[in-house]
Amino acid sequence: MEKFTRLQGVAAPLMRANIDTGAIIAPIYMLSRSIDLGQKLFANWRYEQDGAEKPDFVLNQPRYRKSAILIAGPNFGCGSSREGAVWALMRFGIRCVIAPSFGEIFFSNACQNGLLPVTLDERQTCRLADTVIAAPDPIATVDLVRCTVTSPQGDEVSFKLAEDRRMSLIEGLDETSFILRHEHEIDAYQARLRIEQPWVFIGEGGRARN
Amino acid sequence: MSGATLFEKIWQSHVVRSFGERSLIHIDRHLAHEGTSRNAFDGLRNRQRGIRSLELTFGVIDHDPSTLPGRNATTYEPSRERIGAMQENCRKFGLRLFDVNDPGQGIVHVIATEHGIVLPGMTVVCGDSHTATSGGVGAWGWGIGTTEVERVFATQTLLLPQPKTMRANFAGRVSDGVTPKDLILYLIGRHGVAIGTGYAVEYAGPAIRALSVEGRLTICNMSIEFGARSGMIAPDDVTIQFFEGRPYAPTGALWDRAVAYWRLLATADAAVFDREIDIDCSAVSPQVTWGTSPQEVIGIDERIPAPSEVIPERRAAAVQALGYMGLEPGTRMEGLPIDYAFIGSCTNSRLSDLKAAAAVIKGRKVPQTVTALVVPGSSQVKAAAEAIGLDRIFKDAGFQWRESGCSMCQTLGGDFVPPGRRCISTSNRNFEDRQGSKSRTHLASPAMVAAAAVHGRIVDVRRI
Repeated sequence: MEKFTRLQGVAAPLMRANIDTGAIIAPIYMLSRSIDLGQKLFANWRYEQDGAEKPDFVLNQPRYRKSAILIAGPNFGCGSSREGAVWALMRFGIRCVIAPSFGEIFFSNACQNGLLPVTLDERQTCRLADTVIAAPDPIATVDLVRCTVTSPQGDEVSFKLAEDRRMSLIEGLDETSFILRHEHEIDAYQARLRIEQPWVFIGEGGRARN
Repeated sequence: MSGATLFEKIWQSHVVRSFGERSLIHIDRHLAHEGTSRNAFDGLRNRQRGIRSLELTFGVIDHDPSTLPGRNATTYEPSRERIGAMQENCRKFGLRLFDVNDPGQGIVHVIATEHGIVLPGMTVVCGDSHTATSGGVGAWGWGIGTTEVERVFATQTLLLPQPKTMRANFAGRVSDGVTPKDLILYLIGRHGVAIGTGYAVEYAGPAIRALSVEGRLTICNMSIEFGARSGMIAPDDVTIQFFEGRPYAPTGALWDRAVAYWRLLATADAAVFDREIDIDCSAVSPQVTWGTSPQEVIGIDERIPAPSEVIPERRAAAVQALGYMGLEPGTRMEGLPIDYAFIGSCTNSRLSDLKAAAAVIKGRKVPQTVTALVVPGSSQVKAAAEAIGLDRIFKDAGFQWRESGCSMCQTLGGDFVPPGRRCISTSNRNFEDRQGSKSRTHLASPAMVAAAAVHGRIVDVRRI
């Protein structure tokens, strides 16, 4: 996983509520490895049917084309569990999404990949979006060590993230390796499960079909 | 654990060990489908790891295949790459796979309980947000991402913070024509799409107890549509009876032991939830969504609200939704012409759903302006429906009778709704572009969808 400590970059406002993972990356673009997910990010909002860019869409506007931070409405990343939504955002260059709330699976997926989900309250999120829109250079800073977001005007707000999530992101920790260091405890749990609930293990005891 | 909830009992019995804010939770059933597991298999290969517990892990191909009659793995060309990768990966890693033409194939959340793979009290994960479906039999199921799919392959565990608990109490008499789909849509409409975020939900109350297992699966299926990663219903006699004789369920003395264990799972009377919400079922009429979020839903006898009439947090989205859907405030859903009707998906594609749909179409035909599909939730549902002649009823009425898969719920397998077309659907998401670019989706129950299909417009199933 990519580490995340501090990020300074262009912040783009996309202030819709309930942006679902299917809007972030449509399922058909997950079918083949030959598809560039970054190019297909928000495809239904970003392109006309014929593939031409919609000039109004925020990420098509010259000042937001190289965005690294996305500011969005509540419940960002609701819907499907597809991790491709995170991959598409990162492939485009976005490393941080700031929103009042997130879909739970998206939030978890983001943390697993080094995409930082920052939760600010609705008022703070809207104010940040407004200052970004008003700024000559829409550049914000997100600091995970200090847990702060700094607006283009230099206003600072702090955010919270569970400490274990925060440290995993800062260290780029591979959680699977961590768990595997406790493999003997999983062995012991499963040995006990085989005695207490043998029906959990297919093929033992009750059924042997298949 | 005398004062514990169903969820807390399952949680506590699956803790391998605790690490401060999070606990290492054992996974009893891992279901992998072709849509979200490919990178996880590659991750295992790259790190030279295998699948730790093959006997607890199942693969199925459900999202991508064509549902055209007589289909095989290669019928729909754009899906060949990902289906081929799944077949190859399952072969290489030794994973049991319900392949495209396997008689046990079907939508993962349908076959999980149909085969008795998922049983009460189990922890169940799948790279799919509708994994809460298994909660209908008293299992704790939740959707995970691909990184976590790889982690469960490698360790059969996940490190998780303990969710808060919520109980949704369904009381009051359920009117005729009102189905489990209407109850859950009504809950989402009342409480919004994010009320469940961070919670493990339990559905309870007399109206829930009165449901069949299939109805309970429909309720739990849509937990994620109000933000809850999991939703469950305590196992009871109905649940136990459902599993008797299922191919993967235990038998003999082991069955008796399992049943004794399942009977201990129900939430204790003294248990306390972090939050409780109440649903008055007597207030629920057949529901139809009008917008692009499941919370934008009204009864068939109501009118679409003006943005000024909805709560402020939903106002901007309502304006956007009305424009996208091509609808005006004040319009009734009843009488709205439709172009497509889709009966299928992990929400409503089981035998009881198909029976309910067939019951309202007898003697009528789908007009030429409407394309109507029935996509059974599994190959076994399809066979069972054919054994009692449902396929003939549907086909005679002008519906297409398909093979099982995820299909038009999500623009898969070549099935989609064209731009600007209006579809009434038994599926679970009415998001923009969900059923096809610029498609317009109205979610409803199987009976409501079937009735709309044969009338060419949305009708009140109670008045036909």
